[in-house]
Amino acid sequence: MLAVADLKKSFLSPEGQRVAIVGVGRFALAAGEQLALRGESGSGKTTFLNLIAGILAPDSGRVTIDGGEMTGLSEPKRDRLRAEKLGYIFQTFNLLQGYTVLENVVLGMSFGPRGADRGHAREVLGRVGLGHRLEHFPRQLSTGQQQRVAVARALANRPKLVLADEPTGNLDRKNAHEALALIREVCREHGAALLLVSHDEDVLKEFEVRKDFAEINEALKEPAR
Amino acid sequence: MTLPLIIYRSLRQHALSTVVTAGSIALACGLLMCVWMVKTQSQTVFTQTTSGFDAVLGARGSKLQLVLNAIFHLEASPGNVAWADYEMIKRHPAVKTAIPIAVGDNLRGYRLVGTLPELFTTVEYAPGKKFAVRPGGRFFAADKPDAKEAVAGAFAAQRLGLKVGDTFHPFHGLAFDANSQHPDVYTVVGILAPTNTPADRVVWIPLHGLQTMSGHDARAATDVSAVLIQLRAPSAGFMLDLMYNKQGNRLTFAYPVGAIIAELFGKIAWFDQVLTLVAYLVALVAAGSVLASIYNSMSARQRDLAILRALGARRRTIFGAVVAEAACIGALGAAAGFAIYLALLAGVADVIRAQTGVVLDLTARHPVLWICPLAMIALCALGGVVPAFKAYRTPVAETLAPLS
Repeated sequence: MLAVADLKKSFLSPEGQRVAIVGVGRFALAAGEQLALRGESGSGKTTFLNLIAGILAPDSGRVTIDGGEMTGLSEPKRDRLRAEKLGYIFQTFNLLQGYTVLENVVLGMSFGPRGADRGHAREVLGRVGLGHRLEHFPRQLSTGQQQRVAVARALANRPKLVLADEPTGNLDRKNAHEALALIREVCREHGAALLLVSHDEDVLKEFEVRKDFAEINEALKEPAR
Repeated sequence: MTLPLIIYRSLRQHALSTVVTAGSIALACGLLMCVWMVKTQSQTVFTQTTSGFDAVLGARGSKLQLVLNAIFHLEASPGNVAWADYEMIKRHPAVKTAIPIAVGDNLRGYRLVGTLPELFTTVEYAPGKKFAVRPGGRFFAADKPDAKEAVAGAFAAQRLGLKVGDTFHPFHGLAFDANSQHPDVYTVVGILAPTNTPADRVVWIPLHGLQTMSGHDARAATDVSAVLIQLRAPSAGFMLDLMYNKQGNRLTFAYPVGAIIAELFGKIAWFDQVLTLVAYLVALVAAGSVLASIYNSMSARQRDLAILRALGARRRTIFGAVVAEAACIGALGAAAGFAIYLALLAGVADVIRAQTGVVLDLTARHPVLWICPLAMIALCALGGVVPAFKAYRTPVAETLAPLS
C-alpha cells in the first residue's frame, strides 16, 4: 500500500548550512494496516508525512502509494494523487473557518476523482456524529467536534491511506481517546490504511503496531544534526 | 461547484473589503458610462433638436448665437430683423414656412417669446408631431394680434405654477429683475402639452404684444428678433446662404441648424476629453484598489489556500480562484455601476432639461453600456493576477505547520 525507499530531505538553516531532516531507508505499510510512529517534537515526523503526501518534494528517494509513485510525478499529478489516494488529519485540524461543516467535507472531496458528493459527505458526517451540525461553522463547534469534522473530511474521499499528524494533540484525554477510536474504526470501515504519528504514549499504546521514528529516520543519527 | 464555492466564501469572509472595492468600481463604471452617454446623447439630441426648422434668419452676427437664441432660447439676440426682411424671405419661392419671433422679456426668468399662432398650427416640431394644448386651453387667437394672451410651455408652466386663467405682468429683459416689471397684464389661455424641446421652457405670447410692450422702443415696434424657416428643398438652403451671408452684409442665414450645433460640440470637445480622462483614471484607481485589497488580504488567506492545496487543489485552481474572485468583485461593481449610472444620468438629464428644455433618452442603448462593464471586469481580473500569483506560490508545508 505504502512503500518508502531511501527518502531524504534537508533544509537550509538560517546560517546557510544544509541540515538533514529526514533520511528513511525503507518503510512500508500494508493495505488496511494501522501503524503508530512514536516521535518527539522536532524529530522530522511531520516532514516525513508531508513527503509521503507529496506536499513536499524530497531531495531523493521514492514514495509509492497504491502502486503510484508520488515522488516521480510532477506537482499537479502529485496533487491529483494526494486528492485521490490520501486523507490527511492535522494536529490543528486545519478546517476552513469560513466554510460550514458540510462545505469543509464537500470541498475536501471535490479535488478527488469522484468529485463533490454532498450526499456522501452528509453520510460520513452522520457517521462521526455530526449529522446535526452540517450548517455550523467550525468556530461554533467544540474542539472534539472540530476534530471529528477533520476525520470526516479525511475519509470522505474514500482514501487508501490516512495520514494523521498528532491528531489528538489538541484534545483532552477523554476526547483524545474517543477521537482515536473513531479514526481507527472509520478507517477500518473504509478499508483505509492508517499511519499515525504522535509523541503521546497514551495514544501510542492503543496501537498494536508501533514504531519509533528515531529508529527509522537515519537523519536523526547524523552528527551534523 | 468548487470554484464558485471558494469564491463565494472568500467574498463573504472579506465582505467589508468586497463591498468597499465593488463600490469604488461601481462609481468608476457608473461615472464612465454616464460621461460617455451624456456626451453622445447630448450631441445626438441637440443636433437633432431643430424644432422643425431648417434655418434661422437673424441680424448680422454669429450663426451659433442665432441658433441658440432662436431655437434653444438661450443666449441674447444678436439684433433685430426688419419686418420687410421677414416679408421678403417669407415670399421667397424656396421657403415653405417663415415664422417670426421676438424676444426681450421674461416671466420670473422664463423667456417670453412673441410669435404668430401659425407656429402652433402649421409647424411640426418633430416629424409627425404638432404642438397641442392641454385640455381646457387654447392657442392665442389668430384674428386678435393685440390680445394680451399667453400660452405657456409645459416645463415653464410647471415651474412657474401657471394654469389657464392666470394673469401675469411680464418683466423686461432676458434675466429676471423684479424692478423691471411691465404694466401690461397677460392671461394664460393654454398650457402646451410637453414636446421635449426648448419650446417647453418658454411662455409664448402674440408677436405684436411683445413688439408693442409698454416701455419698448417704438421705433422697433415692427422689428422681429429672428425668423424661423422651413425650406421646400434642402438645396435651397445653400442658395439662401450665398444670398444672405456671402452677397449680403446686413443679415445672417444660419443653415443647417443641426450642423451649427455640431460645431458647438466640436468646440467643447476638449471638455469631454477631460471628463473621459478623469473617468479612465477613476477606473484605473478602482482596478488598483482590487489589486491592493486582495493582495493585502493574502496573508490572512494563506492558511486557507494552503489547506486547499493540502486537500489536493492544484496551484492553477488556487490561481484561478483568486483571479475569478477579483473578476467577481468587478462584476458586482459593474452591476452596481448601472444603478449609479442611471442615477447620475437622471440627474444630469434633469439639469439639461431645466437649462435647455432638451430631454435626454435615459433608455438609449450604446455599446459603452456593455463594453465598459466588461472592460472593468477584465481590468479587475487583471488586478487579481498579482495576488493570484502570490497565492499560487503559497508554500503549503510551511504555512500549515512549523517544520518539526
